[in-house]
Amino acid sequence: MDRSTAAIDVTDLTVAYHDTPVLWDVDVRVPHGVLMAIVGPNGAGKTTLIKAILGLVRPAAGQTLIDGAPYAQQRQRVGYVPQRGSVDWDFPTSVLDVVMMGRYGQLGWFRRPGKRERELALAALETVQLQQYADRQISQLSGGQQQRVFLARALVQDAQVYFMDEPFAGVDAVTERAIIGVLQGLRAAGKTVVVVHHDLQTVPEYFDWVTLLNVRVIACGPVAEAFTDEHLRRAYGGRIAFLGGGSGEPHPAPPAEHDAGPAVIVGTPR
Amino acid sequence: MSPQLEIQLIAMLVAAACALPGVFLVLRRTAMVSDAISHTILFGIVIGFLVVRDLASPWLMAGATLTGVLTVWLVELLTRTRRVHEDAAIGLVFPLLFSLAVIMISRFAGNVHLDNDAVLLGEIGFAPFDRLVLLGVDLPRAMWVMGGILAANLLFIGVCYKELKLSTFDAGLATALGFSPALLHYGLMTLVSLTAVGAFDAVGAILVVALMIGPPAAAYLLTDRLARMVGLSVAIGALSALAGYWLARTLDTTIAGAMATMIGVSFALVFVFAPQRGMIALLRRRAGQRWIVAQQMLAAHLLQHEGTPAAEDESRLSTLGEHLRWSPGFVVGVVRRAEAGDLVRRDGDALRLTARGRALAVAAMTR
Repeated sequence: MDRSTAAIDVTDLTVAYHDTPVLWDVDVRVPHGVLMAIVGPNGAGKTTLIKAILGLVRPAAGQTLIDGAPYAQQRQRVGYVPQRGSVDWDFPTSVLDVVMMGRYGQLGWFRRPGKRERELALAALETVQLQQYADRQISQLSGGQQQRVFLARALVQDAQVYFMDEPFAGVDAVTERAIIGVLQGLRAAGKTVVVVHHDLQTVPEYFDWVTLLNVRVIACGPVAEAFTDEHLRRAYGGRIAFLGGGSGEPHPAPPAEHDAGPAVIVGTPR
Repeated sequence: MSPQLEIQLIAMLVAAACALPGVFLVLRRTAMVSDAISHTILFGIVIGFLVVRDLASPWLMAGATLTGVLTVWLVELLTRTRRVHEDAAIGLVFPLLFSLAVIMISRFAGNVHLDNDAVLLGEIGFAPFDRLVLLGVDLPRAMWVMGGILAANLLFIGVCYKELKLSTFDAGLATALGFSPALLHYGLMTLVSLTAVGAFDAVGAILVVALMIGPPAAAYLLTDRLARMVGLSVAIGALSALAGYWLARTLDTTIAGAMATMIGVSFALVFVFAPQRGMIALLRRRAGQRWIVAQQMLAAHLLQHEGTPAAEDESRLSTLGEHLRWSPGFVVGVVRRAEAGDLVRRDGDALRLTARGRALAVAAMTR
């Protein structure tokens, strides 16, 4: 892997639905081996950014390079976890089958999944601790289990760069820990992981890189530099409540290198 | 082969061919597209007939198939303007093309056998008279045509099975992985149109929908695996078609109508009796859950008061209903089940938890 190129390099990306810009002149450069959160208010274009990078929505302008080349040439190196609600969980198929779908890209057109795909899928299910559910119909899973099935499906893609759209939506605290553990494992293996995230409180704890987005990029960089009060205020505008000095609620400990004071946020949009 | 046997075989071929693409229509929640296509292909048939003046021409089939695909495209075009929702777009496009076709039939083609009755109900009963000799084999033309269409459907679904599954379940991932859901969609829609054109002759425009949607909808209630759903759809369709033929013979009525009726009957039977998702199974499961929860409550209640001064009073059979606010009849039912399941045993008028019952109570309370 060429370390001089960025894992993800988005330049001048603009996406509009009719006459409403959803993303405006977005520049994001993400180095290899980081775990990055994309945060921003509802309608900030977080999902659209991921979809534009993956070619699922057509940008009005701009370009995206994955590891120095357009996405179409890098499909095999990119894993994708869509929002859990984007599929029909009553679809007649098993957990193992859904996980094997992650291998379809490597298989290409017409080749059927076989023993090897099965083994990879079972191994991925073990990583997310769902091996005993392999033969279950997917509608029998809880929300957190569904999310972990999607994660397992991305794991079998064996990609270098992962995009995950709200992997923590509607999962309990235990599952969230389990998922972040897997993501940090990916980072430790040198992969780049991009996560659309909603809980601002956990950003410094979970991630080492962050993009604050509100149609435009407010800030993008290491959490210590980008995740500041000033940037948060600009990203969220009046929709964010900073706890004043008189509040009795405890402030979470700011990360050591976090020089701009704690961004204590209540009532963040979910 | 007797004409009667030929009719039955054609009926089964039509039903099987329709059920295959129907599975994916049902799963994609675009069932009503088949309704639109089965009507608008008439437009293509009429136009084709006016051009080639031969109802048996392959060009006519090709033209009609194209009209079906055109319908899908027009509906999408209209939906994409965001001025009309998809269901309304279907309701706008297909009556327009269908009524144009009906006008053209009555105006230009009324004296050939392309009449409005045949359009609505088909004429499978006459199929054995129209014969075609291919490779020295003399069979009804409809059998050749539907056999070919069934083979085409099997081939497409067999070859693109994994791609169809992925793009139906998760079109986003399919696109991201480099498969083209749009290509697969139009491939599927071409087959739906082709199948509708072939089935049109046999069963008419309206009943094509029944054949495409009914069997997959029933199969969906019988299995939770896609491959089995495909197989079951074909089986249910073919058997309903066969049953329909015999119903029509018994009642001396329209074969196509009886086929569609039997599909309705098949669906109703599955809906009521399906082992997991049928209504009876559902009601029984709900009733069962009520007893299970009650037994857990009973066990938990006994455990909570075990060893406390109030235990004697709380565990007495005669006062249990009062404490748990259960009717005396319900108490008897719950206790009888709990005893049978070795959760509690009777000690005079008092109930004592067994080891099993205690384990259940702990599990229920710590869940």
